Amino acid sequence: MHPVVSNTKLSPNVVRLVVEARRVAEIRRPGQFVIVRMAPGAERIPLTIADADREAGTIALVIQAVGRSTTELCALRPGDSVRDIAGPLGRPTELIASGRAVCVGGGVGTAVVHPIAQALHRAGVEVTSIIGGRSREWVIYERELAEHGEVIVCTDDGSYGRPGFVTEALRDVLAAGTIDAVYAVGPVPMMQAVVAMTRPLGVHTIVSLNPIMVDGTGMCGGCRVTVGGEPRYACVDGPEFDGHLVDFDELRDRLTTYRDFERAALERLDHDCKLGS
Amino acid sequence: MSEPRPLTPKERMAIERQRMPEQDPSARRANFEEVNLGYPERLAMLEAERCLRCKTAKCVEGCPVAVDIPLFVRHLAEGNLPAAASVLLRDNALPAVTGRVCPQETQCEAVCIRANRGTPVAIGYLERYVADWARTHEEGVTYEPAPPSGKRVAVIGSGPGGLTAAGELSQLGHDVTIYEAFHAPGGVLVYGIPEFRLPKEIVHQEVERLVRRGVRIEYNAVIGKSYTLVELRRMYDAVFVAVGAGLPVFMSVPGENLKGVYSANEYLTRVNLMGAWAESSRTPVLRARRVAVVGGGNVAMDSVRTAKRLGAEDAVIVYRRSLKEMPARVEEVHHAEEEGIRFEFLVAPVEVVGDERGWVSGLRCVRMELGEPDASGRRRPVAIEGSEFLIPCEAVVVAIGTKANPLLTSTSPDLRLNRWGYIEVDSNGMTSMPGVFAGGDIVRGAATVILAMGDGKAAARAIDAYLAGKPSLPVVP
Ligand SMILES: Cc1cc2nc3c(=O)[nH]c(=O)nc-3n(C[C@H](O)[C@H](O)[C@H](O)COP(=O)(O)OP(=O)(O)OC[C@H]3O[C@@H](n4cnc5c(N)ncnc54)[C@H](O)[C@@H]3O)c2cc1C
Ligand code: FES
Repeated sequence: MHPVVSNTKLSPNVVRLVVEARRVAEIRRPGQFVIVRMAPGAERIPLTIADADREAGTIALVIQAVGRSTTELCALRPGDSVRDIAGPLGRPTELIASGRAVCVGGGVGTAVVHPIAQALHRAGVEVTSIIGGRSREWVIYERELAEHGEVIVCTDDGSYGRPGFVTEALRDVLAAGTIDAVYAVGPVPMMQAVVAMTRPLGVHTIVSLNPIMVDGTGMCGGCRVTVGGEPRYACVDGPEFDGHLVDFDELRDRLTTYRDFERAALERLDHDCKLGS
Repeated sequence: MSEPRPLTPKERMAIERQRMPEQDPSARRANFEEVNLGYPERLAMLEAERCLRCKTAKCVEGCPVAVDIPLFVRHLAEGNLPAAASVLLRDNALPAVTGRVCPQETQCEAVCIRANRGTPVAIGYLERYVADWARTHEEGVTYEPAPPSGKRVAVIGSGPGGLTAAGELSQLGHDVTIYEAFHAPGGVLVYGIPEFRLPKEIVHQEVERLVRRGVRIEYNAVIGKSYTLVELRRMYDAVFVAVGAGLPVFMSVPGENLKGVYSANEYLTRVNLMGAWAESSRTPVLRARRVAVVGGGNVAMDSVRTAKRLGAEDAVIVYRRSLKEMPARVEEVHHAEEEGIRFEFLVAPVEVVGDERGWVSGLRCVRMELGEPDASGRRRPVAIEGSEFLIPCEAVVVAIGTKANPLLTSTSPDLRLNRWGYIEVDSNGMTSMPGVFAGGDIVRGAATVILAMGDGKAAARAIDAYLAGKPSLPVVP
């Protein structure tokens, strides 16, 4: 059992959930994730570790309510608890040791780039973070990232920071000087756009993939992605890969496998809530 | 009940093997309830009388954990179930499991003297009967553990290998903690073998018994990640590794990443461990109208029968050799046939075909013929030119085997592996790391429940001997 310590709303459908997980907090490294099962009968869902506090023995998970399971997780309050947390899983981020890096975050991916920016900064790398959201209220982790370097905020509607997509800001940063690595975490189309921009420039780009997972230990193969023409398991070989080698179209398509099922589950949840209220 | 005078051998020989009552095929193909219903008392007693009580019983040698079969069967025939159960449980930690899933036809029953003339004693069915009695009558079963040794042992993996070792070690007086990657115990017994062959409740009860006897289980502990083997070795006086084989093998044909292609591991885990067999499940699984399952072993058979139960109109086995070479148990193939499973023998897939939206729409195959025997002694299938054809289907389940999962071994540099990545052990089951033992599928490659249990039992004895005379480690908080 993992008691919930706090639940903070970051944007209209994103919360930051801090839960006790002593061992994970102690040994996790940037880029790693956990598999969470909220209660008996619940799904196993992979969530990247956004932050950890060793002393307190807690980890922070940033969760976007997209399906029924994530909606339920987002509703947890201090005093509730999470049944199962397995991890830390996956390979830690491959960090460059010096030079300049750009961290690009979109949506909840912004929370995932945070530990990467933090580690790069600690290693002495100069970090620029480019983060985005639909509008001002969707921008998360700006303050946290600002502790590790310059932050460029972009909003689609121009209500805050620079108007436009993160890729446009990235183009300017890439044009302004030498960049040794780009770390991009966010929706598949965003990562795909980032990679399309860095590929012709030959800038090393690392992306964090989020395929459907079950066990997270290499046992089921459900998380397979094609990287450099080869099948790789995101849970053990990743979740981060060389973005220039990833088959994003395939990933995007595979992610829709259970879309109908998820829609029905959400409708059921909605129905149950209405009955309950 | 028990006869006033023992039967003569001739009288015993006159009794025919009793049939296992089964759920009707037309009903069971639509539900996940157990297919075999178990002997009622009368049939069990009658079947037990068929045992000739050989002085040197071949069946015991045929059993990888050397259950004293004639003795438990005799107690059963005499109506003394507590005695029968005590004998069985002394040698076999999970008899309600093995009584259901062991390939008795190639082990104890294959060497039963009665198999020479007619049919062997139905040892597996009797084992199941006695084990099921013991599940509900624990008070009648004697258990005498050794006094606490003060030694602590870690067991990695809670499949049949790990559970058996844990049970045995705790009976020998050691303090045992199991580390399990999943949120539930049982290994393949819960995530692989379906409910209709092995109800999960039975596995849970067997695990509960171990827990009551003092075995601790740490769930969600992925060794190689949460802790390394080296760390655990430092924390414990000895370690037993039984993490199973794990890694699925795919076909390496085009189209394998289309939506609707599953490894058997994923398909069965979703349905069994995550409960997707129930419509109300929170974990999804595709309920396709037509499902092709590639492979010919137990795993393929379990997958295809699962597909049928999930509502497939057409559930077909695609196997590149013929019925004769199929590694699946005879009983399972027979059950599958009764349930309306279709078989495409001597057929190999060459491509998974998809529609314009990325969903599986068929499996393109070629017909094969059997050529010269290969290294395994089985005749090697060769493709017949121009024989391509399409099996229309909306899901494909790949059940062509597993490989060693490197998650634990890759973080244990001192652990010697063979060239396929399986762990090497000496005749005592000890690995190249002193005090670290291993067994089950991660040593043998995909094998059987009972062989994993045999390894667990042997390793427990070897660990006990290894620990004798060694000072205990201080307890690490
Ligand atoms: C679908 C299917 C049907 C089968 N049918 C039969 C049958 O009818 N009869 C038969 O005899 N055999 C059958 N088998 C084979 C049999 O199940 C296996 O041989 C047996 O389970 C092996 O036991 P094990 O203890 O070595 O490993 P497993 O049962 O594989 O258990 C390993 C356990 O270790 C855990 N684990 C793995 N990695 C780690 C890690 N790094 N850290 C912590 N824990 C870890 C796993 O989660 C699992 O719980 C079947 C197999 C399958 C897949
Ligand atoms: S999630 Fe099962 S292999 Fe990666």
